[in-house]
Amino acid sequence: MDAHALHPETSTGIPNRKLAIWTFIGSECLFFASLISVYLVYKGKSLVGPYPSEIFEIPLVTAGTALLLFSSLFVVLALNGCEQGNRKKFLGWLAMTILCGFFFIGMQVYEFTHFFHEGLTMQKNLFGASFFTLTGFHGTHVTIGVIWLISIFIEGVRGHVPPAKALNFEMAALYWHFVDVVWIVIFPVVYLMNS
Amino acid sequence: MATSVLDHAGAAGIHPEKTGLWAWITTVDHKKIGILYGASAFIFFLIGGLEALLIRWQLMKPDNNFVSPEFYNQLFTMHGTTMIFLAVMPLSAMFFNFFIPLLIGARDVAFPRLNAFSYWVFLFGGLFLNSSFLFSAAPNGGWFGYANLSSKQYSPGLNMDFWAIGLQILGIASLAAGVNFFVTILNMRAPGMKLIRMPMFVWMSFITQLLVLLSFPVITVALILLMFDRLFGTNFFVPLGGGDTMLWQHLFWVFGHPEVYILILPAFGIISEILPVFSRKPLFGYTAMVFSGCFIAFLGFGVWSHHMFSTGMGPIADSVFSLATMLIAIPTGVKIFNWMGTVWGGSIQLKTPMYFALGFIAMFIMGGLSGVMHSTAPADLQQTDTYFVVAHFHYVLFGGSIFALTAGAYYWWPKMFGHMLDEGLGKLHFWLMLIGFNLTFFPMHIVGLEGMPRRVYTYPAGLGFESLNRLETYGALILGFSFLVFIFNVIRSTRSKVHAPADPWNGATLEWSIPSPPQEFNFPVIPTVHGRDPFWDEKRAQGGKVPEPARVSGAGIHLPNPSYWPFLAAVGVLLLFIALMHHEAKFGPVYIFAAVSVLFFSIFNWVFEPAEG
Amino acid sequence: MDHRFKRWRSFAGALLLLTLFVVAVGSAQSVQYPQSTLHPRGDFALMVDKLFRTTLLWATIVFLLTEGALLFVIFKFRGKPDDPEPKQVHGNTMVEVIWTAIPALVLAMIAVPTVRTIFRTYEVPKGADVLQVEVIGHQWWWEFRYPQLGLTTANELHVPVGRTVAVKMVTQDVLHSWWIPQLAAKRDVFPNRSTTLWFKAEEPGDYPGQCAEFCGIQHGRMAFQVIAQSPEEFDVYVGRMQATAVRPAAPAAPAADSTAVAKPTAAGPALTTTTLAATTTAEADTMPGSQLFMMKGCIGCHSLNATVPMGIGPNLAGIGRRLYIAAGWLENTDANLAKWIQHPQTVKHGVLMPDLGVTDAEAQSLVAYLRQH
Repeated sequence: MDAHALHPETSTGIPNRKLAIWTFIGSECLFFASLISVYLVYKGKSLVGPYPSEIFEIPLVTAGTALLLFSSLFVVLALNGCEQGNRKKFLGWLAMTILCGFFFIGMQVYEFTHFFHEGLTMQKNLFGASFFTLTGFHGTHVTIGVIWLISIFIEGVRGHVPPAKALNFEMAALYWHFVDVVWIVIFPVVYLMNS
Repeated sequence: MATSVLDHAGAAGIHPEKTGLWAWITTVDHKKIGILYGASAFIFFLIGGLEALLIRWQLMKPDNNFVSPEFYNQLFTMHGTTMIFLAVMPLSAMFFNFFIPLLIGARDVAFPRLNAFSYWVFLFGGLFLNSSFLFSAAPNGGWFGYANLSSKQYSPGLNMDFWAIGLQILGIASLAAGVNFFVTILNMRAPGMKLIRMPMFVWMSFITQLLVLLSFPVITVALILLMFDRLFGTNFFVPLGGGDTMLWQHLFWVFGHPEVYILILPAFGIISEILPVFSRKPLFGYTAMVFSGCFIAFLGFGVWSHHMFSTGMGPIADSVFSLATMLIAIPTGVKIFNWMGTVWGGSIQLKTPMYFALGFIAMFIMGGLSGVMHSTAPADLQQTDTYFVVAHFHYVLFGGSIFALTAGAYYWWPKMFGHMLDEGLGKLHFWLMLIGFNLTFFPMHIVGLEGMPRRVYTYPAGLGFESLNRLETYGALILGFSFLVFIFNVIRSTRSKVHAPADPWNGATLEWSIPSPPQEFNFPVIPTVHGRDPFWDEKRAQGGKVPEPARVSGAGIHLPNPSYWPFLAAVGVLLLFIALMHHEAKFGPVYIFAAVSVLFFSIFNWVFEPAEG
Repeated sequence: MDHRFKRWRSFAGALLLLTLFVVAVGSAQSVQYPQSTLHPRGDFALMVDKLFRTTLLWATIVFLLTEGALLFVIFKFRGKPDDPEPKQVHGNTMVEVIWTAIPALVLAMIAVPTVRTIFRTYEVPKGADVLQVEVIGHQWWWEFRYPQLGLTTANELHVPVGRTVAVKMVTQDVLHSWWIPQLAAKRDVFPNRSTTLWFKAEEPGDYPGQCAEFCGIQHGRMAFQVIAQSPEEFDVYVGRMQATAVRPAAPAAPAADSTAVAKPTAAGPALTTTTLAATTTAEADTMPGSQLFMMKGCIGCHSLNATVPMGIGPNLAGIGRRLYIAAGWLENTDANLAKWIQHPQTVKHGVLMPDLGVTDAEAQSLVAYLRQH
């Protein structure tokens, strides 16, 4: 509800809220860049195991990654549907996006539990500390994104997201893309690069 | 839209409940929020000043025991943390809030409720940090919290928990404000105000917000890692577990150096506003001033390890950071010369704001020069961690930022409050502050080079430090007294009821074209701008003067409604962090859940609050 | 009042203020500063000082020119409210280029010697003649080891004049910084990596140093001394310290009672100690310091043998002759040493040494004993 809700003439032509979410995303890039840097600094420096190569389940994570990537496509389709006023397209693809988000979180929960049973905790070694912190915060961001998308879904079901209000959904979609892009960096750096 | 009393009032451009505590708690008006920032920041500044006076009293004599070593370490930690995060930054925020919309010809910021949220989170963060004194657990690890002294093993009490969590809370406030002002400046300029026509204060604030957005996430991560070490037993900075104490320093200073530019750039902007008005000619070299500000910000991300010259990073790293630090002196020098070029050939009006602005230039030159001396890494091996550094940063932070903020206060006081501050008392304030400041901090250059290290709660009698330390304490007392003069000036002027005109200084920018204080909607009609000094242009076009602007009804102007959700959301943030701090308590998870609920509930209602108009 | 008179009056006032200021600050200059960085007597510190003087010179020149220009501008262009509007100048590209280029040139002139000196500071001299010293930082004292000589000491580092000392440094706990202004500037010490420094003392003397990285409650009282001696005197010192290895073991304790606790010592076989209660009887007044040293528990943290590193507390070999105690700041008088032994928590609150309930008589005994070491 900014002061110019009905007068979207901004100096740049971009609506305030859209510019705001881009700005926020830019700031968050530094947040994840710092966490990734910490992971890289401590890569190979753990004093004790378990070590990454011993416990990573690459196929599972790859599947989760693929789902997350596809979810970015789904959210684009959903946004398209919303902007066109196509309720089925909007809500259908949004539901798919949310489902992918759930699967990704589920994959991470399973992975964390598995690691825990293998003896990897945050306190065990630097790998545990930096891995759980980095992917944990990413997972938190995904969770917040899923909650946001669900609330938009509910509002959409109630008919409160017509094309005129598509910007609200676009903000969530941009955030969702960001969360995906961060994972696209984390996945090769953490999982695929040899330690 | 649903009709209500508020909506009808909104149609009239006025809102009910304009007075009283509730009005302040629910305000989303940038001007009121600015005043809230200013009042809170000034009180924190006085607290930080008291901490400084206690430090100086302890150091007045050798082997003194006025305060215990524990309390002394809390005093200097809190003095630094308070002055940086609770005084200088929010004093700048006072001016961002009150004046950025006015300078760009807008009615408010892009996100008024987010703006209110930023303020309340800042206030709660400051209160949280200072509440630590009540538990005799004020932060005691230095404002920079070096690992591994900050680890649970070597700082077992709650002190550093208060510090890390307090800074996290403050970081949220800064980041929210950063997004807000970044969007406001880019998006809400009046027609005709291209970026290259913006007032310098807006430019410098814009760059500052960018620095906040890019640097605060780094300290956020550093503090998260520290808290994980302290609360959950990770080993990020614990050497026995493989942790690297150098990592803390790098993370901290990658934030910490841009932070000092966050502290000084708004001050640069204020000076660039004041000098032209009181020289009666435009800013010299506007474009160079804009580009040098951008260059300083950009380079500011490349010099952080000059705080680490004594850590033995190797000759290549030392050289790179030495050279980069020297490089930053060039755009800084350009600014100083351009300011002098502004005053040169002018008709200098020596009013109080101009006194402080000129004092700023004189003091900042000195701080900049000692900075260049630090930049040579080998010489810094003697200077770092001594009182020479303390002298340097007080010259740039006090002689720089505080002098400039004081100049801004005297300059913009009539606009904010509708009455003038007394000139005679203002000049007395200036002289006392200048003399007290130099008596306090100039000798520190000497005593530092003569062997006095920093952060020492006392010193023995045989090292020669006594006489200069005593002199510094006397200077600090004079400096402290100068602020009593300011407070007296404020009280007396507020009572005198002498009304200030809209344009007491013959100003160049838009804020002087509306009444003092402004009406809630700022401008009856959003102006169109054709140059860099729009109000000078307007006055020139009308033969040199314009009539005193009248207060008008503002009917038909839509303004955002007041709201208590930002306040409540800020409460939720505070509760969440307190709950996290005590997560091991008996009902720890319950408190966390309750806090998260308050937060989510507030955000939910905030988002779905009915739109005005 | 005449405009020009007012102007001169203000100028005179400013000059008077400046003079008073200089006098106030300058009056402190007659003071001696033993820990000064401005009178280097070691080659490393001299090298660093040379660079400092270069930047100081340029900074002073720039200071005088810019502040002078500022004062000139303020006085020359003072105006009155009804003066005509001055010329509305927006800038001057050539002037701006000049005042960007000149600072860049000055900085380039500082940059060259800076980089050169940086590289030199990292060139730790090697060779058989170099004396290797290890510095270990502790909260809140300094441990010094001579690996080539097999010696450990604390808070007072003896070095020979005219011979390069190569220092390798770590900390046992938190970050500290080893600052010896007249000889070698400073370097921080870290728990997980070593840092290096080097210097050659040019003149004999007693050089004070201090910790320069905030390290907790007693950071302010973590000083040390570097004693530079002639090579002959240094050899005497080394000889004396090495001789502490063959000091006879302390006499055996009385027959053990059921509360005995075995405590190994560096000097000989494990000796039993009795509980503290036994030492408060009348016979404790006559107990020799050597016995008190065991029974009070001193031996648990402190060694009197300089050839055995034992890092819990400072090595006390040579303590009798040290200039200072409690890490370089309390004069080593009998009264101070007694006070330190009896009430460490009052003298230096927060140190690891606990108050052990040492009586006055016991303290005197211990002081006498330590004076022999």
